[in-house]
Amino acid sequence: MKYKSQKVAYWFFALSMLLLVLQITYGFVMGFARIGFDNLHEFIPFNTARAVHTNLLVVWLLSGFMGAAYYIIPEEAQRELVSVKLAYVQLISLALVGVTAIVGFHFNIWEGRKFLEIPRPLDYLVVVNVLLFLGLILTTLFKGKRQTTTALVLSMGLLFAALLYLPGMLPFDSQVTDSFFRWWVVHLWVEGVWELIMGGILSFLLIKLTGVDREVIEKWLYVIVGLTFLSGVLGTGHHYYYIGVNKIWLIVGGIFSALEPLAFLAMALFAVNMYRKGEKKHPNKLALYWTLGAAIVSFVGAGLLGFAHTLPQTNIYTHGTLVTAMHGHLAFWGAYGMIVLAIISYSLPNMTGRKLYDSSRGRMAFWLANIGMVGMTVAFGVAGVAQVYLERKFKMDFMLVQKEIAIHFVVLVLCASIFATGIILYIIDFYKHGKPSDEALEINE
Amino acid sequence: MLSKKQARAFFLGGTLVTFLIFIGLTIFSFSKENDQTNRENLTAEVVRGKEIWESNNCMGCHTLLGEGAYYAPELTKVIDRLNIRYDGNGEEVIKSILMSPSPWQLNGRKMVAYGMTEQEASDVVAFFNWIGKIDLNGFDRVISPLAKEKINK
Ligand code: HEM
Ligand code: HEM
Ligand SMILES: [Fe+2]
Repeated sequence: MKYKSQKVAYWFFALSMLLLVLQITYGFVMGFARIGFDNLHEFIPFNTARAVHTNLLVVWLLSGFMGAAYYIIPEEAQRELVSVKLAYVQLISLALVGVTAIVGFHFNIWEGRKFLEIPRPLDYLVVVNVLLFLGLILTTLFKGKRQTTTALVLSMGLLFAALLYLPGMLPFDSQVTDSFFRWWVVHLWVEGVWELIMGGILSFLLIKLTGVDREVIEKWLYVIVGLTFLSGVLGTGHHYYYIGVNKIWLIVGGIFSALEPLAFLAMALFAVNMYRKGEKKHPNKLALYWTLGAAIVSFVGAGLLGFAHTLPQTNIYTHGTLVTAMHGHLAFWGAYGMIVLAIISYSLPNMTGRKLYDSSRGRMAFWLANIGMVGMTVAFGVAGVAQVYLERKFKMDFMLVQKEIAIHFVVLVLCASIFATGIILYIIDFYKHGKPSDEALEINE
Repeated sequence: MLSKKQARAFFLGGTLVTFLIFIGLTIFSFSKENDQTNRENLTAEVVRGKEIWESNNCMGCHTLLGEGAYYAPELTKVIDRLNIRYDGNGEEVIKSILMSPSPWQLNGRKMVAYGMTEQEASDVVAFFNWIGKIDLNGFDRVISPLAKEKINK
């Protein structure tokens, strides 16, 4: 750690870990409901569990991204954060808004719009919160000694993510129009601007971990984010095939979304090659695992499994089935979950001064979480493919099909337990690092 | 070999061009001639039905237009489907499910009991009726029970 104010990041990461645990808990509630143990129905019906599960996912990732920015931007810009106090205000208000929203979901207070369930009044608070965050990050960056490409791409991703939240707040009378613009948020986040955030963090980590020249890394960063937008913007069309808009999207969405995996492939090749090329091997092995892991697993989860159902001819059968959930899990995990855990693994020893670089607990955490998540993906996938055949090809009744595939959810819950064990180990490791300390400043460099 | 400057130009140029095309296609999609949703039939009832659909997060269990959760049946063509099963009484059955004070659980899986008023329930039915008539570029064929009969004949 080079600047005292980077320590703020620790608390964003801690919040992130807390929310991750809650997210997983609600995942189990749904997993059990699907195998017939819906005992909590009165207090946590499935739609509550689901809204909590997916919104917590978004909030823990955002908290992780914000922590990453508070850590990375001062270091890249070579100055202290403009205001540490306001950063804490931002942290606390983020936590409050998040918790209020989650509590509200238990009392039927929400908007039933997938992934954007937060009620409108809270949306405004989210906007204020994010503006404060961006203000702090951008002034630090532009008052700093230098504006690196890594820092610019990261900040640009965060800025665009905030702007893209706005179309999701427009009111529409038509379900179709509503849905159309909801994707401007959801799709253009995960298959657009969040990839800039991921790319920025990845590039920062690779510069630190491999010692490859910044110019080389940042050149490829531009190529990657270029591929992202080139395919991802028009790729939004893959959500427009069958919701009641013009057929033109079958062609445009089909072609461009089929190109989207290229950005993820580039990301994976980039990370692996930089690792190979690197002369200086940083001793923080765990951070390296998570970094390379994110680049590779995101290619599998987002690239390959996304491609698997993105052509209109396939999507007509898989649209709105568990096949989507299969892809959603591995994509979110690989691309965004793992990159957040990577930056935490890298920065934590630097902030606390405790260099637990290669503990066996840390390695177990990595493998168990990944094996568990791959298992869950397979379980969702098998259930999804069976559902497609029975329900969509053989026209069996929805609920009868659900009974047939319930067994795959037993497997899901088992794999989820392996996954959760990995996460718990990761959090124990997090805790063992202790609190961030100014003494860590000297230990470095 | 590619320079950093060229890489940046690729990024900025590609983004600008695709973004402009995207905006153009969006405007095209919502122009009057291209409407596939029977916009003129979007009555006050339908809009109220949509609000009820949203404020209860029905999408947290069901899919509609293939979007939502995978815990409960797709509802795009629900009236057709229940009409077949209940001799043309689809709308009535839906209303009774929505108005019921205790959870509907015909197939073992529980739905939240909403205890809606008659008016609210018929607004939701109006909403489903409107949804059911949208041209879905062929997806209807996959999910509609009526289409299935046509195919089998
Ligand atoms: C990290 C990147 C990605 C994440 C986090 C992600 C996540 C998701 C999630 C959560 C959904 C479900 C959305 C919903 O129905 O509400 C979804 C849908 C979808 N994704 Fe991705 N995705 C990513 C990248 C990709 C890529 C690169 C492709 C294509 C090659 C792709 C193809 C699809 C398709 C076709 C659907 C629509 C499924 C349907 O409704 O029929 N995804 N994605
Ligand atoms: C203990 C672990 C977990 C379990 C048991 C679990 C289970 C589930 C279940 C049952 C659903 C609902 C599917 C439906 O609508 O029927 C779901 C949705 C979802 N979960 Fe998880 N989950 C877990 C962890 C995670 C993690 C770690 C992530 C992200 C990294 C994640 C991301 C998602 C997403 C994006 C959706 C929405 C998918 C869609 O609509 O297509 N889950 N999860
Ligand atoms: Fe998408």
